[in-house]
Amino acid sequence: MTATVDSNRPDSNTAHPKHNLTGFIIFLCSESVVFLTFFSGFAILKTSALNWLPAGVAGLEWRMPLINTVVLVSSSGTIWLAERCMAKGNLLGFRAFWLVTMALGAYFLYGQAVEWSGLQFGFTSGTFGGTFYLLTGFHGLHVATGVFLMGLMLVKSFIPQNYAGGEQGVQATSLFWHFVDVIWIILFVLIYVWQRT
Amino acid sequence: MTSTTFPPSPPEDASWSRYFGFNTDAKVIGIQYIVVAFFFFLIGGLLAMIIRGELITPAADLVDRTVYNGIYTMHGTIMLFLFIFPVLNGLNNLLIPTMIGAPDMAFPRLNAVAFWLVPIFGTLLIASFFVPGGPAYSGWWSYPPVSTQNPLGHFVNGQGLWLTAVALSGVSSIMGAVNFVTTILRMRAPGMGFFRMPVFCWTALAAQSLQLIGLPALTGGAIMLLMDLNFGTSFYQPEGGGDPVLYQHFFWFYSHPAVYVIILPVFGIFSELFPVYSRKPLFGYVYVCLASFIIVGLGLVVWVHHFFSSGVAQWMRNLFMFTTMLIAVPTGVKVFAWLGTIWRGKLRLTTPMLFCLGGLFNFVFAGITGIMLATVPVDIHVSNTYFVVGHFHYVIYGAAVMGIFAAIYHWFPKFIGRMPYEGLGKLHFLLTFVGANLNFLPMHPLGLMGMPRRVSSYDPEFAFWNVLASLGAFLLGVSIIPFLLNMVSAWVRGPKATHNPWNAIGLEWLLPSPPPEDNFGEHVPTVISRPYGYGTGEPLVDHQAEIERELTLQEAST
Repeated sequence: MTATVDSNRPDSNTAHPKHNLTGFIIFLCSESVVFLTFFSGFAILKTSALNWLPAGVAGLEWRMPLINTVVLVSSSGTIWLAERCMAKGNLLGFRAFWLVTMALGAYFLYGQAVEWSGLQFGFTSGTFGGTFYLLTGFHGLHVATGVFLMGLMLVKSFIPQNYAGGEQGVQATSLFWHFVDVIWIILFVLIYVWQRT
Repeated sequence: MTSTTFPPSPPEDASWSRYFGFNTDAKVIGIQYIVVAFFFFLIGGLLAMIIRGELITPAADLVDRTVYNGIYTMHGTIMLFLFIFPVLNGLNNLLIPTMIGAPDMAFPRLNAVAFWLVPIFGTLLIASFFVPGGPAYSGWWSYPPVSTQNPLGHFVNGQGLWLTAVALSGVSSIMGAVNFVTTILRMRAPGMGFFRMPVFCWTALAAQSLQLIGLPALTGGAIMLLMDLNFGTSFYQPEGGGDPVLYQHFFWFYSHPAVYVIILPVFGIFSELFPVYSRKPLFGYVYVCLASFIIVGLGLVVWVHHFFSSGVAQWMRNLFMFTTMLIAVPTGVKVFAWLGTIWRGKLRLTTPMLFCLGGLFNFVFAGITGIMLATVPVDIHVSNTYFVVGHFHYVIYGAAVMGIFAAIYHWFPKFIGRMPYEGLGKLHFLLTFVGANLNFLPMHPLGLMGMPRRVSSYDPEFAFWNVLASLGAFLLGVSIIPFLLNMVSAWVRGPKATHNPWNAIGLEWLLPSPPPEDNFGEHVPTVISRPYGYGTGEPLVDHQAEIERELTLQEAST
């Protein structure tokens, strides 16, 4: 193996500009395994259940969650637009699209809360109720975290020159948001589309 | 790079207090990890003494049965989550940056947070001895339905504290793993491609990747168990449609790879030390490196062999028996590489080398019983007996802990700057090797005779082997005394160490002992050859002779 590392790397002692993003990507890969655990648990419990639905529950209403899905998927688009604005140095456009993304995320959480409050089963209604609230709740926690991170980045954008040289926090938050989006699509298919037992 | 600015001068005598605070220097954190780990090692060891004291007679006469259940549960949990993992993370912290020429870890503050979580969840776990109902008593694997019982009905109960502590341990380990992987991937010295990296860094990279893939599954499974225990769900309760075996899948999906998280760095230690003390290059360097990642891949698909007897489908048993046996191949590659390294080498039987040889011997023995256990009919016969206990104690104590001792004796001069005493070290080795074998070998016949694990009383026909095992355990207990004595007295007044007392090759040996806070700083030497060039005369880095001369001059002047 020949030497591939260039010898005039940026000063290794002080600044590690790319390490934060590397670390964050590694963390996201790891975090996805938690969801994989819950998804596989859901699939195993569902396929092996004798009575999947608790007594008196006909199934899950899918219209409201579908609207939520559209909202979350489009927010992945707006955050991409925000990032593009940032790359072009258009800070105002970045803030606008960033705020729209935050609003869409908040609407998703609101929709989730409305759905939860209208359900006739609880967390302890067998494995059906348990897995439903565990999956949607754990995902919702990630959405809330994403909105919080976006708020943090928005505030940081008002510090003069803070984002002049590109900002890994924005990249990381955006990556996190796409991650939350993809997880939701899998979750939606598993919970709402695959209803037949 | 000029050699006039190199090597960096040794650090000023820093105060002791930095070891007791929030410090972001990886070398300080490494020592903090190791010292805290050995503190918990003493507690876990004390519990082991109580277990073996109880088992020296067939009757349950030393402790109450429920107390006994709590003691073996806590012994396992403390030894794994509060001793082995922290001590290995300590070695990672000391060795990874210095071996790859990085000034520190990629995320120094995250590193310190990860360390400080250890005493926090350790205290939490120890505190569970004092809650109503006592500590968790369902064994270190906490299978439901035993682990979802809460007879006293308190919200704060031993099992709940256990789960919280394990979850925090998971958070700490993930923080550590993100840090180690990023550091190894992005902060290597100029010229150090992957195939010029020391094997310890390869095995650390492999082990930490396993943490990242496996640990979240345990966290997920533990969250569901906590919900069952405290919030009334029924993920693992058959009466609510749940499945207790599901937990076993989640648990072992992590906890089998966890064994590789433990043993892979020890393979790394063996691969570092055998060349030094045999004065020969590591045999089959590339294959040893690659075998680590084959072990990672295979290690992720063997977990079902832990519960062949728990009602799993026959095809699963066959498949997982096959994959488990397959893992003997990359492991065998490593064992033969070490044998090839010491074969006709100029052996120096120093304390670290003795620990390595003893560890290798025990590991091969554990590997043989491992293959036996992989076989479904044998496994079902000895499932939940002392055969299993003997097998994994040979791996964990016989191989892993002995490898860790070897590493401590080997790198102590580098990071403390003083030499440990050889006489005490050899006494420690002798007591450990004899004690471990006397303790764990009798467990195999006991298991084959049918003695179940986790019982405090047993049939008198098992008495003979149990007495032997208990004597071995007490010997192991005694073996810690020369070790602690050695460490403390060497640290306080041991002879000053030179920069390279073992005449070893590696970036860390081109630093003063102890290294300055930012290691090489900005003057990282350029690596120009593979590691372990013993006897080849090939220099490891550019300007090696000048660097060595400077270091020697520096030592002569102080």
